[in-house]
Amino acid sequence: MATLPVSQDVLIDVWGPHLNRMEGMRADTGAEPDRIVPTHCCFCGQQCGINLKVKDNLVIGFEPRYDFPFNKGMLCPKGVKRYLQGGHPDRLTTALQRDPGAEGGFTPMAYDAAIARVASEIERIQSKYGLNAFGVLSGASLTTEKAYLMGKFARVCLKTKYIDYNGRLCMVSAGAANKKAFGIDRSANPWDDILNAEVVLVAGSNTAECSPITTNYIWQARENGGKLIVVDPRITPIARTADIFLPVKPGRDVALFNGLLHLMIENNWLDHAFIEQNTVGFEAVAEHVRHWTPKQTAEVTGIAEKSIRAAAELWGRAKTSFLMHARGIEHHSHGVENCLSTINIVLASGRIGKPYCAYGTVVGQGNGQGGREHGQKADQLPGWRDIMNPAHREYIAGVWGIRPEDLPEAGVDCYEMMRRIDAGEIKGLLSICFNPKVSLPDNAFVTRALEKLEFFTVIDFFLSETAQHADVVLPGSLHEEDEGVVCQVEGRVIKINKAVDPPGDAKQDWRVIQDIARALGRTHGFTFDSPRAIFNELRVASKGGVADYYGITYEKIEAQNGVFWPCPSEDHPGTPRLFEAGSWNPVAKGAGPFYFPDGRARFNVAAYRPPAEDVDEDYPVILTTGRVVSQFLSGTQTRRIGPLVDQYPEPRVEIHPRLAQKYGIADGDWTTVISRRGDITLRAQVVTTIRPDTVFIPYHWAGRKAANQLTIAAQDPVSKIPEYKVCAVRVHKA
Amino acid sequence: MNMEFFLDPNRCIGCQSCVAACSECDTHRGHSMIHLEYVARPISVQTVPVVCMHCDSPTCAEVCPADAIKRTGDGVVQTARKPRCIACNNCVLACPFGVPKMQAELSLMMKCDMCYDRTSAGLKPMCASVCPSGALYFGTRDEIERLRPRSEPINTFQFGQQTITTKVHMMVPRGAGVQHLDVLSAMDDEPAGPGDPFENL
Repeated sequence: MATLPVSQDVLIDVWGPHLNRMEGMRADTGAEPDRIVPTHCCFCGQQCGINLKVKDNLVIGFEPRYDFPFNKGMLCPKGVKRYLQGGHPDRLTTALQRDPGAEGGFTPMAYDAAIARVASEIERIQSKYGLNAFGVLSGASLTTEKAYLMGKFARVCLKTKYIDYNGRLCMVSAGAANKKAFGIDRSANPWDDILNAEVVLVAGSNTAECSPITTNYIWQARENGGKLIVVDPRITPIARTADIFLPVKPGRDVALFNGLLHLMIENNWLDHAFIEQNTVGFEAVAEHVRHWTPKQTAEVTGIAEKSIRAAAELWGRAKTSFLMHARGIEHHSHGVENCLSTINIVLASGRIGKPYCAYGTVVGQGNGQGGREHGQKADQLPGWRDIMNPAHREYIAGVWGIRPEDLPEAGVDCYEMMRRIDAGEIKGLLSICFNPKVSLPDNAFVTRALEKLEFFTVIDFFLSETAQHADVVLPGSLHEEDEGVVCQVEGRVIKINKAVDPPGDAKQDWRVIQDIARALGRTHGFTFDSPRAIFNELRVASKGGVADYYGITYEKIEAQNGVFWPCPSEDHPGTPRLFEAGSWNPVAKGAGPFYFPDGRARFNVAAYRPPAEDVDEDYPVILTTGRVVSQFLSGTQTRRIGPLVDQYPEPRVEIHPRLAQKYGIADGDWTTVISRRGDITLRAQVVTTIRPDTVFIPYHWAGRKAANQLTIAAQDPVSKIPEYKVCAVRVHKA
Repeated sequence: MNMEFFLDPNRCIGCQSCVAACSECDTHRGHSMIHLEYVARPISVQTVPVVCMHCDSPTCAEVCPADAIKRTGDGVVQTARKPRCIACNNCVLACPFGVPKMQAELSLMMKCDMCYDRTSAGLKPMCASVCPSGALYFGTRDEIERLRPRSEPINTFQFGQQTITTKVHMMVPRGAGVQHLDVLSAMDDEPAGPGDPFENL
């Protein structure tokens, strides 16, 4: 019974989000920390180094971590205030069970009893409906050890095929495109390759707000003479001073990049030798982009033809470049094509695999990279292996001590899991590190699906909006309460260090998972005594795979300030830059630098398709969604941190004055935005920094303030990423 | 090694990391001394961070009737001395950069002291440590010249008849020269900027 036990308003009153502020020992200017723990930020994929000040098992503040080379002490406001998530009044310190009669709808229960109840419900559902009737949702903010354990737990302990993770909402379209084009899914270059790039092309990345540290790299490239091209429907802070700003109409990115390639070919701005020796498929792509003339590109993208020509010339003539993209081009029902169309202009330029010749996706979540490598994805096994590949199954089954035929087959993406819950196929669910009620598109449908679960359990440290639906909530751990590795934006594996112990009955997530396995009597493979022990098994499980971690150790990470994978042996230093000429990889085996048997990269035809839901007479305005700098993802943590909420307290709808005037909306007016799935009423922010055919709403809020009440559950057919960046709405003054 | 403070507003992305970090400083926890404002959000995302410029002849100290504002030997203008400050607001009104803040609940003017506790111990100020865009930078003259070849630091500012030189430097486009605006230029005719963004729509 996974309906809300009491009303949403009562749940908020009791469980938050309440705001934690600097008080007590944290406000005491004389409080000397007991120790300083060097670690990383808990939030985005930049994974800035940070020193946490700890006193009496409480993180009381931070010190800049100047010695970590990626950020050299820099932080965004989320990193500065992250410590306020600890010692929080909303923190779950016991297990909870659903109790509609209790104030707040939940009553505390003994931890062991909660574990026993979860195990008995798993037993009941799986014996009554079959093994696949119980599913697992996981997340890419977990350490890689936990992500690995979740994949193993689903396949080996629960023997269910249904596991997927919230990286599905993040950059899977980039991952799928990288797999198609390069045979490997990782940013190809370290960020230092930005610094002397002649052209930096930023496509669909609100860099300054979503990956703030990258800003300094881009500004430094410009100091060194580099030019900046930004593709975005909004003039974000990184776009404000761009040399060329391309205000693409949401959903038309493929057209833009095909148009740029058209001009590269027309003007012979191509690296023929590279194309000849290192790629396949150029001719078909060249033929495909023939009709993407500047005129047609301008018509479809809504960008001035002269800007398209200027961008093509700047990109085409450059000797070095860094192309980066993020959710802006990835969150589409044609997200894979979008990314492939950017890769095509990189490959045509030949500017990859060399210093300052670079390509990469800017990952969003803290372990957005590492969380998508080692098997918590529906179709994946550790080491970036394929669960449907017999040789891969055999290897992993060997590591796990089971028979290959006992490994489940591929499951489905997390949104499809919601549909299968709705259809009654999945009856029970365990969720960790995921807040689908806020983060998945079409909130109303997700809520309806969750309500149909016979049994739902959530491991979390706060009672997230999703956890409010749970029958049993198990108290998990905050980032600073455990250790392990994550892989940050550059592909650098780094170490998270434990600063404090979990409070009360709360436990490290890997202990909670193993406690469930023990209560089920299925302990085989779930008797790890530490994250290090899990990591050592992961190293073996990844050995020989594309994402080879075998040569990475905690000690090497500390000695080198991180290790770039692949790192196949203990004497291997790691691989900061992929695709260097003459480099060896386990797929090409010396045939070439790319991860295919012939060692060549693939051009892929990227056909333009309009968004799944284009504007029409009834819904004439495009809605696009995104982030603000002071909040993170579904806001479970950041909506509880006072200073971050002060900075941007409520979502607002950004609207151009031309559109606002049409609807009689003034700055600050309550404004209703309606899609076919829901409506929202927010204050308007009237600004000339957004296209006049588009409105923008940030998505960090829940309930009546949730942007995902409006968004569409259309998904990319290959990667299954949802189309958060385009749907059709109408707008009126409330 | 002479470390100096450089402000480079052109780089600012408005993230408020400096504001957040300033309030974490051990000497004034909970109070931020930095001002960060949009210039004109309806038409631009441009923001400008303002820290104390640490004037050679600080106007705030000159107008203080209680002699509460002191400048250290190495040129750092400090928060008002608590025993002396009478919370009269003279400094708040007089500072040409708009830096001092009156903390009404403390009856005390507080302002940026360039993290004197940190800088005197060889550490960078909090704001210039965390700033992810390099809009606030603390380092040597050699470093800034090497890292920012497109800009040059200036530290002379003109306010009416008053010429102010400061310890903190502002980075401006190289060769642009220092321009002094006469307020009359914006009074009689159209302002030089983009003007009212809504009037022609």
